[in-house]
Amino acid sequence: MRTPPHNLFDKVWAAHAVRELVSGQTQLLIGTHLIHEVTSPQAFAMLQDLGLKVAMPHRTFATVDHIVPTDRQTEPFSDPLADAMIKALRKNCAEHGITYFDLASGRQGIVHMVGPEQGITQPGTTIACGDSHTSTHGAFGAIALGIGTSQVRDVLATQTVALGRLKVRRINVEGKLGPGVYAKDVILHIIRTLGVNGGTGFAYEYGGAVFDRFSMEERMTVCNMSIEGGARVGYVNPDETTFTYLKGRPYSPTGAAWDEAVARWRAFASESGCAYADVVTIQGADIPPTVTWGINPGQGIAITETIPDPAKTKEVDEKAAIVEALAYMKLTAGAPIKGTKIDVAFLGSCTNARLSDFKEVAKYLKGHRVSPGVKAIAVPGSQIVGKLCAELGIDRVFREAGFDWREAGCSMCLAMNPDKLVGDQLCASSSNRNFKGRQGSPTGRTLLMSPLMVAAAAVAGSVADAREVFGVR
Amino acid sequence: MALAKITSISGRGLAVPGNDIDTDRIIPARFLKAITFDGLGEGLFFDARKAVTAAGQVHPLDDARFRGAKILISGANFGCGSSREHAPQAIQKSGFRAVVAESYAEIFFGNSTTIGLACVSADRADIARLTAAVEANPALEVTVDLVRQEIRFGGQTAKLTMRDSARDALVHGRWDPIGELLEGTEAVVAAASRLPYLAVPQK
Repeated sequence: MRTPPHNLFDKVWAAHAVRELVSGQTQLLIGTHLIHEVTSPQAFAMLQDLGLKVAMPHRTFATVDHIVPTDRQTEPFSDPLADAMIKALRKNCAEHGITYFDLASGRQGIVHMVGPEQGITQPGTTIACGDSHTSTHGAFGAIALGIGTSQVRDVLATQTVALGRLKVRRINVEGKLGPGVYAKDVILHIIRTLGVNGGTGFAYEYGGAVFDRFSMEERMTVCNMSIEGGARVGYVNPDETTFTYLKGRPYSPTGAAWDEAVARWRAFASESGCAYADVVTIQGADIPPTVTWGINPGQGIAITETIPDPAKTKEVDEKAAIVEALAYMKLTAGAPIKGTKIDVAFLGSCTNARLSDFKEVAKYLKGHRVSPGVKAIAVPGSQIVGKLCAELGIDRVFREAGFDWREAGCSMCLAMNPDKLVGDQLCASSSNRNFKGRQGSPTGRTLLMSPLMVAAAAVAGSVADAREVFGVR
Repeated sequence: MALAKITSISGRGLAVPGNDIDTDRIIPARFLKAITFDGLGEGLFFDARKAVTAAGQVHPLDDARFRGAKILISGANFGCGSSREHAPQAIQKSGFRAVVAESYAEIFFGNSTTIGLACVSADRADIARLTAAVEANPALEVTVDLVRQEIRFGGQTAKLTMRDSARDALVHGRWDPIGELLEGTEAVVAAASRLPYLAVPQK
């Protein structure tokens, strides 16, 4: 008898399900555990209180990212709290025999950059990390999910978590994207369309012609922000693009083991005719360069649109949300978003700080200057990206344009390091969250957009259409 | 280790209305610069409270009438955003034992359950009723009954819903899964042996 076709989520789940728990949840094996300095120290303390050891130190990988100063990574950090955090991580990793990509390793970076770069992130695996943007790793065809600190403890102690199964929503993006439209616009558009809680209870499976053509880095950008749409997990089926990316990376299999691994990985991909709880199809041509105007990532509009007017909606929730957002953002209903003056341009974060992001921007930025009065910073997501940019002269293009070129870290995405907005500064940002106070000032304001749109805003001094500023055709 | 059976929570209510209240708002990132969860309660809704004070008003968390509240009341998609367990920890450390909201973000809900903070859902109309009652009489005793699946306040009753697995875990004192996960060690080793990528690398 032939088994019915399965999707990737079901197959990876089945391969990692240990047993059913009394609550009805599944004890799910977590093959790869990534840890960082913010959400792990309390978990190690809990482990110690329970007298437990790390179950699989060889499947646990650490790096430091949130608190790292990006002007200079030298220790001790000027912030004593940050300094205590890196010391705690270093000590915990040493005590438990955990591989730690420290500042001196040349391989440090945002945890969601390090996993893929090292070849630790692989198809058909389960990955957990105490960070909601762990969904990034789903780009490789893994079930990758953010967990809280108590669950970090659970994974350290047992290499498993207690989890309820998710439904799978297939999201097809068909056709082609227009010029100047990027992976970031695709995910901002998806969140705008399906809502910030539309994905609650779902894993998002992204596919269709646009994803088939996407590079791994573009797939990562989309999967990264799945959680902004409420989906704890987002993934793309593994294909030749995935295998080509992984080949030759430090933790990728080699020789005969490589061929075996590729065969295994390929078999995890969703099968034709498999079932989904829901299917959504979007045409790539309908996706505009998108900018957020509000205080959650679903509050986005096309660069050519005007800021929503609460008077134009009868829906009570929407009206209230617009009023609250406009009051915080100090923006005017009905005004074009284009031309809104900015104070800061931030190009970085686990969403958009990979080599291809900087490369694409550098292609257009050459010969342009950051507008006087705009503070522009570019923060590579990892030391490896920083090094590659230096080798290719990309950092020079940014510096010559007036960007401050920094060292690797999470930086102003959430401002746990010294990179912060001041007062009610307005920031054009390639990051993932525009929540109130997100970028370090309780009144700071964030507009999310693609890296090229950030560069366009930096050059124009105000929110701008990158297609016009840089003549993208 | 024996965990408390959380069958019912009674106490005063406190409403922080609004939808899509994210975990950055519940606990701003700068309060995460620590290696313990101690003192997190002070950071609860810190910036939101300051903003309200600056506007010459009083945030419910700073309002003496609501002091000692055990039940936090809010809107839809509560706890969206970051996976920081610091958010439910801050709520719990501020004395709350239950949250009543229309709906929750996935990670927040799981984090809360795991530390024994009951997150129950109720209809919008019922939440409006509850909010109005609590605001009219801050001393009103509100009971969140996980067994009878209802919220009782001032002679009124509202239906509550909660994912079965979480309700079951709270009611039966199994909300922290670590004990049960550890009992599965043998099965974990067997499952891991079937996955080549989990093999210990040969030096």
